[in-house]
Amino acid sequence: MNARAVLLPPLLAIIAALLLCSIALMISGGNPLEAFGAMIAQVGRGTTAVDIVNTGSTYYLAALAVAIGFQMKLFNIGVEGQYKLAAIVAMIAGGAVALPPVLHTLFILVVAALVGAMWAAIPAILKITRGVNEVISTIMLNWIATGIAAYLIQQSVFGELRGNNLGTPVVAESGWVPGISLGGAGTIFGLVVLAVLAGVGYWVLMNRTRFGFELRASGESATAATAGGVNAKKMVLVAMLLSGATAGLVAMPELLGRDYTYTLNFPAAYGFTGIAVALLGRNHPVGIAFGALLWAFLDKSSVALENVGVPKEIVTIMQGSIVLSVVVAYEVVRRITLAAEQRKVGQQLGTTDEVAA
Amino acid sequence: MSAVVDTPQSPDSAAFLAGPGPKRKLPGWSVGLLLVAAAIGALSTASYLTGVPQLTSSGTFQTAVQLAMPILLAGLGGLWAERAGVVNIGLEGMMIMGTWGGAWAGYQWGPWAGLVAAAVFGALGGLLHAIATVTFGVNHIVSGVAINLLGAGVTKYLSTLLFQPVSHNPRESPPVPKFDTFSMQPLGDWLAELENEQRVGISDVAGILKGLVTGVSPLTMLAILLVPITYLVLWRSRFGLRLRSCGENPVAAESLGVNVYLHKYAAVIVSGALAGLGGAALLLNPGQSGYLENQTNGRGYIGLAAMIFGNWRPTGLLGGAALFGYADGLQLRSGGGAVLALLYAAVLALGVVVIWQLWRRRWVATAVTVSGALILYWVYWSFNELPSQITTYLPHLVTLVVLAVSAQRLRPPAANGVEYRRG
Repeated sequence: MNARAVLLPPLLAIIAALLLCSIALMISGGNPLEAFGAMIAQVGRGTTAVDIVNTGSTYYLAALAVAIGFQMKLFNIGVEGQYKLAAIVAMIAGGAVALPPVLHTLFILVVAALVGAMWAAIPAILKITRGVNEVISTIMLNWIATGIAAYLIQQSVFGELRGNNLGTPVVAESGWVPGISLGGAGTIFGLVVLAVLAGVGYWVLMNRTRFGFELRASGESATAATAGGVNAKKMVLVAMLLSGATAGLVAMPELLGRDYTYTLNFPAAYGFTGIAVALLGRNHPVGIAFGALLWAFLDKSSVALENVGVPKEIVTIMQGSIVLSVVVAYEVVRRITLAAEQRKVGQQLGTTDEVAA
Repeated sequence: MSAVVDTPQSPDSAAFLAGPGPKRKLPGWSVGLLLVAAAIGALSTASYLTGVPQLTSSGTFQTAVQLAMPILLAGLGGLWAERAGVVNIGLEGMMIMGTWGGAWAGYQWGPWAGLVAAAVFGALGGLLHAIATVTFGVNHIVSGVAINLLGAGVTKYLSTLLFQPVSHNPRESPPVPKFDTFSMQPLGDWLAELENEQRVGISDVAGILKGLVTGVSPLTMLAILLVPITYLVLWRSRFGLRLRSCGENPVAAESLGVNVYLHKYAAVIVSGALAGLGGAALLLNPGQSGYLENQTNGRGYIGLAAMIFGNWRPTGLLGGAALFGYADGLQLRSGGGAVLALLYAAVLALGVVVIWQLWRRRWVATAVTVSGALILYWVYWSFNELPSQITTYLPHLVTLVVLAVSAQRLRPPAANGVEYRRG
């Protein structure tokens, strides 16, 4: 693929989304330039830049989890439920044990990854043995996970009431992950490193291992992969387990770097953001990183919009239209490239014909 | 009096429309009737044995009908799109657009205007999905996810802009006028009398019937009417045959002169309009004050699940919507205890299934069913009341179990979700 096919679609998509939002802003009587200017200016203020990196790391992990499935055309819509259940179980387990510093953190991370993988195993097993479409089963499991989380956090079960908010027991200091303090600009979570490592691991797995090759091969054509000796059912199971394990880690940077307890206020919908970011990044680890940062930028700097009298909800429209325009743009560019190649081949064939004649 | 026993009204007329399926000994409508009768039998027996009258009370069924309508309409929307070969996971987003549009127009010009606006807003979502999937060949699930994001975003923005000045809350619309509801009198009173007599069987059926004929809004009637209409249009008209051929084999359809793009566009736009009506059903029936953020709460997805449960057919879809509406209505009105009684009813129903399987000499299936029934019975026996946090998600759990049991016998349209390029 040349640079044009890689860079053009996202640029087109962002321009299209900016245009759409400008129209929406002008209809409602706002000034688009002022609004976008305020958003960009906000990055330099207070802790916004650090917040973008921190939130971006969370989105990055969620998007990687989705991308592992996407690589073999497996739609893991269930990252939402997987990370939520993993976060609450890991925090309950982490709050209940006493371990030396590094071991304690590792224990929590392993529990989170295991719970995420276990929850993802349900749709995988249903798909393999009963042919249940993973989209529907993961959507249902998202709600069931929400229910289980709400049950576990009750005072009569594992929850504790602090102020007027329910939460899991607070993890002892040995389990915390220290951050990188930048003074007034805020503190970068220590586990941002985990997100980077996960990205590198994902790249190596997909591009440098036999497993990654088989995974992408079964995504391209399940029948061809089966003919080539790939066990399709095993691939579905392993891909879902890996995806679920990654999803389990999604909440960890925030929980072990700032909150140390899972409360009812914990932000929801990281899973759906992950889907959108994975689409933006085209399943490529670097692309996803840009997507995650862009999404976090839109989220964090939207606060500035209130100051110029624009409802900050316009950002959600922008995010939605970016996703839609990016998928459309890739499709259009793909077709143009294809048509150009066909023309080229046609011309070459034409010239050889003339030579022959 | 006993004449009423075997003929509950809406499932009856629906089962009549099941149409000729694959070759079987009994005609489709009688199988449907038998299933309905068996379900009522299991419910009334369980209600008698566990002493939980809510299982068959008119109140539960009235709530169930109200809760089933949005799911039914969303499911019909899914049916139209998927029969034309377009997966519509964006139903949820279109439904949200419908609730917003319905509240906006309903607040100003009354419920009928709200109904029309809801359909139009939903159809706009459908149009967007059609442009992305049919014209640009975007993956159907990807486009659906984007539309769900966009539906939530657009309505959030518009509510902040248009509702907040009136309702002083960006997440809520001002109260919207409702449809008047009708009750069939004196039939309703007579059934209520019968229900209060607490007679085994008869009172249960009377309760169910009373729930079905009390507090019916025009929207509910429209939704139920749309089931036979959908059947007639999709299975008994030339347009429907062409539309379904686009979902089964678009290449063959095109070669016979069917304009595949046009039919897909029509199907997905109708799909969006139906989902929008589903949003209106959450809004214009009594009980809700107006548009609320997160009001749809995943009903679009449940509608999709109801359609899959119903094997991509209108009657099956009606059954699926009824099941989820009932499960939801029961947990909402009566809480964890009644849900446990429902498990008891499920055990009874599975017992009948076991006898059937033994008669057909399906030993493995029998063993699986018996163990399933034992697990359910164990849950019933060992809990006094299920925690409300979990019973809230009962419809989702039911969907999952039903899919796990039945997925391999279902047959989606052959070219469903496949990109089609002309030429």
